Amino acid sequence: MVIGLSHYLTVAALLFTLGVFGIFLNRKNVIVILMSVELILLAVNINMVAFSTHMNDIVGQVFALLILTVAAAEAAIGLAILVVFYRNRGSIAVEDVNMMRG
Amino acid sequence: MNSALAIPAFAPVLPEIILAVGVLVLVLFGAIRGERSSGIMNVLALALIGAALIAVLMLPSDRIETMNGSFVIDSFAKFMKSLTLVASAGGIILSIDFMRRAGIDRFEYPILILLSTIGMLMVISSNDLIALYLGLELLSLSSYVIAAFDRDNVRSTEAGLKYFVLGALSSGMLLYGASLVYGFTGSVSFPTIAATLQGNAGFGVIFGLVFVAAGIAFKISAVPFHMWTPDVYEGAPTPVTAFFAAAPKMAGMAMATRVFIDAFPGIIGQWQQIIVFISIASMVLGSFAAIGQRNIKRLMAYSSIGNVGYALIGLAAGTPEGIQGVAVYMAIYLAMTLGTFACILSLRRGNVMFETVDDLSGLARTHPVIAFCLAMMMFSLAGIPPLAGFFAKFAIFTAAIQANLVALAVIGVVTSVVGAYYYLRIVKVMYFDEAVAAYDPMPSGVRFVLALSSAFVVLYVLIPAPLTAAAGAAARSLF
Repeated sequence: MVIGLSHYLTVAALLFTLGVFGIFLNRKNVIVILMSVELILLAVNINMVAFSTHMNDIVGQVFALLILTVAAAEAAIGLAILVVFYRNRGSIAVEDVNMMRG
Repeated sequence: MNSALAIPAFAPVLPEIILAVGVLVLVLFGAIRGERSSGIMNVLALALIGAALIAVLMLPSDRIETMNGSFVIDSFAKFMKSLTLVASAGGIILSIDFMRRAGIDRFEYPILILLSTIGMLMVISSNDLIALYLGLELLSLSSYVIAAFDRDNVRSTEAGLKYFVLGALSSGMLLYGASLVYGFTGSVSFPTIAATLQGNAGFGVIFGLVFVAAGIAFKISAVPFHMWTPDVYEGAPTPVTAFFAAAPKMAGMAMATRVFIDAFPGIIGQWQQIIVFISIASMVLGSFAAIGQRNIKRLMAYSSIGNVGYALIGLAAGTPEGIQGVAVYMAIYLAMTLGTFACILSLRRGNVMFETVDDLSGLARTHPVIAFCLAMMMFSLAGIPPLAGFFAKFAIFTAAIQANLVALAVIGVVTSVVGAYYYLRIVKVMYFDEAVAAYDPMPSGVRFVLALSSAFVVLYVLIPAPLTAAAGAAARSLF
């Protein structure tokens, strides 16, 4: 069997869906949400690189490298905000992120 | 010599370069001076924004692409960049006194505002998906930190956390859409995408377009991606809320216009439905959900959702008149938002800030000038002539009718009547209810912002020509 573009796109779509569901169905821990966000960004990277090799166009790979860099910065900022939240609230459970509602 | 190795033209990027170099210098300066340098830092940041604004106004008006076609300036970019810079300056001026009294006057605040401003300017000028994404992330990442700026306050940090989680999800969706658009059109550059898509778009492109629209709708807090807005607006410190309500909205609407008009003009039939839907949903939710709100910041969050809905009507029209309406609407919305938040920031006794509608009770007797200004803002937001807000809505609805979107215009008028209820309720509470104790005198920065925005809102009817002419030139530069 030849592994073509559509296989890569299917894997990326599955990972993306897993990431989105991970954010919405997860009731336990904010860290899991951070992991889901990473999953989404990596799914996008698979898409980018697959399209890039399929079309013989380098731009997609450049885009993928930039996404990796930004994802690292995003994770750093997310963890920093999580740490200050934990200091104030004493918990990082998703159901404790509920001071404001209405 | 390969042309890709030639040094690109830097002159069009001058505003961004001024801000970026200035921010680096300010970070060093703050690190050396330590915690207690926020006073001078605010002044320096305002000076940088002023310098960038002058640089923006001195840019040539015709369309120039640079940085290998990833960066573009035209009249539209100039107009929206000027608005964004004014909004950022407002965000800093409103914060000075508040941050000092709350004991969070750290030097990082103006720096983060400047960083997110650079992101906004980049987004407004982006001419390909990579520049769009990088500018958007610079804007968002600094915004998450600004939302959690009161780091010892559980509400502020919760606002930052919620903003981060939903913001990361939305930029993930935008990116997924961008990857599909790249894959099915073969390019990330807006002009090439526009040239590839002439009336017939495949399933993959439409799929990608929907995801990109979802990511953009999140940034401008349009329904159904608005759920972060009330919580973040309520939890973040009030000057931060004022900044969020003003500056990123300017950049977000400019980004939406840039993407849909510049990159997807050939398939307007497809994206027009999406924009019409989110516009109607935003207007309806913005006017009905605000009715029960007691907290003014939450109320302003729903108000901003509704206002984005009105501005999107102009984009849905997809005509030069529509885009001119968007530009005029955003300029007037900016003045109304900054003015309203200046009034909210003046509700303070000692170290306690008051944030509910009931705290405005009898304001007309204790602070007649503030009450008058806030009443003007509310009448203007409700769209009552001869205030500026009426002309904003008028421009939008006219464009919609000219573009045969009569139903959309009718829904807009109906929801703005519903929205008038809660704006006028604030006026009623201020003028006819029992007076509460007087508040502290207004800090000078807040008074300055309130005076400017009130003057704009009240006097716009006398001299509307400069703004409409500039907005018209901006809109025509896109077509």
